[in-house]
Amino acid sequence: MLGKDLLGLYDASAEDITDILDTAVGMKKLLTQNLKKLPHLQGRTVTTLFYENSTRTRCSFELAAKYLGAGTVNISASSSSVQKGETLIDTGYTLDAMKNDVIVIRHPMGGAPHLLAKHVKASVVNGGDGMNEHPTQALLDFYTMREKFGAIKGLKVAILGDIKHSRVAKSNLFGLTKLGAEVVMYSPATLMPQGIERLGAKVAKSREEALSGANVVMGLRIQLERMHGGLFPSLAEYAQYYGVSEEHLKYADSDCIVMHPGPVNRGVEFTSDVIDAENSKITEQVLNGVAVRMALLFLLVKNRQGGEKSE
Amino acid sequence: MSNILIKNGTVVLADGCAACDLYLKDGKIVRMAKAVQEKADRVIDATGLYVFPGLIDMHVHLREPGFEYKEDIASGSAAAVRGGFTQICCMPNTQPVCDNAAVVGYIVARAKEVGLCKVRPIGAITKGSQGEQLAEIGKMKDAGAVAISDDGKPVVSARIMRLAMEYASDFGMICLSHCEDKDLVDGGVVNEGYNSTLAGLKGIPRAAEEIMIAREILLAETLNKRVHICHVSTKGGVQLIREAKARGVRVTAETCPHYFTLIDDVIMSYDANTKVNPPIREREDVEAIKLGLQDGTLDCIVTDHAPHHRDEKEVEYNLAAFGISGIETSFSLSYTNLVKTGVLTLEQLAERMSANPASILGLGGGALREGAVADIMIADLGEEYSIDSKQFVSKGKNTPFDGMRVYGKVKYTIVDGDIKYEG
Repeated sequence: MLGKDLLGLYDASAEDITDILDTAVGMKKLLTQNLKKLPHLQGRTVTTLFYENSTRTRCSFELAAKYLGAGTVNISASSSSVQKGETLIDTGYTLDAMKNDVIVIRHPMGGAPHLLAKHVKASVVNGGDGMNEHPTQALLDFYTMREKFGAIKGLKVAILGDIKHSRVAKSNLFGLTKLGAEVVMYSPATLMPQGIERLGAKVAKSREEALSGANVVMGLRIQLERMHGGLFPSLAEYAQYYGVSEEHLKYADSDCIVMHPGPVNRGVEFTSDVIDAENSKITEQVLNGVAVRMALLFLLVKNRQGGEKSE
Repeated sequence: MSNILIKNGTVVLADGCAACDLYLKDGKIVRMAKAVQEKADRVIDATGLYVFPGLIDMHVHLREPGFEYKEDIASGSAAAVRGGFTQICCMPNTQPVCDNAAVVGYIVARAKEVGLCKVRPIGAITKGSQGEQLAEIGKMKDAGAVAISDDGKPVVSARIMRLAMEYASDFGMICLSHCEDKDLVDGGVVNEGYNSTLAGLKGIPRAAEEIMIAREILLAETLNKRVHICHVSTKGGVQLIREAKARGVRVTAETCPHYFTLIDDVIMSYDANTKVNPPIREREDVEAIKLGLQDGTLDCIVTDHAPHHRDEKEVEYNLAAFGISGIETSFSLSYTNLVKTGVLTLEQLAERMSANPASILGLGGGALREGAVADIMIADLGEEYSIDSKQFVSKGKNTPFDGMRVYGKVKYTIVDGDIKYEG
């Protein structure tokens, strides 16, 4: 049973995950029928507290809350205010005093949502913390996979890109292994974190090995700052040796889908042919993100102590 | 100055434990024998207790001058005697940096005023600990400094470190090297490995420490000078020092209780009290540290007592200050994790926590014998208790050991024949 917060999938059970995905099915139905004024969270408040720039995640959470009838507040704290402004704990006390029900936090440092959750009564949702986790992105990925294949169990999911700095890769790994999928990763050695195999991933020795027979091909965004930090020499070299083109996709299962958490660098992680192909789910993922976040917000608020609302 | 008779205790000597009494007078151990009958102003019944040479911590941070909100010489000294320490050596990363005779003199004078334990300042290697120009090592020595270190700020230039080792040796001073290649650390906050990946926190590779240990060993070897390696935390570091000692390099080394007590899965709590530099490592490192202490590769146990204000710890892990307030838990952790588990004998523990630091720095104390200075610690080794940071007299309550069950409680700390702490 889902607790007060969703801080990551490392601590979530397969049942929690399945529960959220099941609930999201109904939410997507309502969404696609354009029934976007629902009463589930009427009288509730969801605050997004973002210490990092984000368009899609923040927008997705805000719309999910609004579609369910919640009031929303958005707080942007520049990353410099992390060091100079009010402490995270004090910000939490303030938001709590204003009777927020849910705080969605994105933060450049791992563990920040955990620190916040320890000090507030509101439910805390991790909207991405440093290199740690991004659980709702992984949940929408699972939803997308399940929608296509019916089940996660037995799938081979290839994840390519900057694994080391990717909270998406880790949340996917934690959840997918719990749901019975095989996760294979591939990246330059400078972008592969230590101990990832002990966490359940298989590390491929080549792009072909990673893609071979994959049901899901997931790319991760390559950030320019990694190149400036010397972790790889150029985007062109990255694309040539680590990127995925239509030709490489031939190694994957013929019925595979292509996914990416966005925003994509066209011609780097994937060529445009791959991004725009029929089996690309990149845009569908965005829609599923709203549905999954609606489901999560609904379940969290429903579970809150004394917070039961008649459906 | 009163006379004290310590009766019926078990005395920890270099070559074993013996049942005998100690009579202290004029700051010295005057008699050490069975059934001493001297009349004393104060008789301590040490039945069932163990009498150790006063503990010596050659690596602490007292924060004064400049950071008195974290700790000061008075609170740090009180914490030291509560921990069983009769002598402590404080690192120079104060504000201003302890890189000149005036600051050294201030610390010595202030510690005398406080009058609890002996405080021996460590001067900076370079001016402002900037790593560029040697500080006035001779003048600092004359003012009371016992060693030099740029602790917390590694001396980046091998050339400057070489000059420091050479010049300091003229004054009988040793360089205490904080080994860390900051470029390789690159903003890391925890040990690099499985748990850093799991926690999503940036890792510090072991090589960042070992590269500089290797450099210091090679410099000391080439120059035939002494060097002391601070807070060793890795298996590879222990091995480098072991090999160096075997070929006769004049290197000594220390480690801290957290490096043989904790493994790095404690970071999963994101509790910044586990954040320390070098970081808590993995099980194989912990085992290697214990072996290093056992075979004498690691000469000393120090605390690297690093008190911080809670505001500096109750923040995001990345933003928190590095360091553990450790001086009040060191003896119990060492006894519990090293002696009770059979890694060290009691005599070896006393050597690592008293005799060896005294010998490396040329300090008095470190042994119990007639005529020696009456710096003594008496502990109840059978007493089990829970570590409780609320009981700390240090201003720094930052410990990852809160709630841990340990054995070995300090009962008396005696400095120059005066009881400075009674627990």
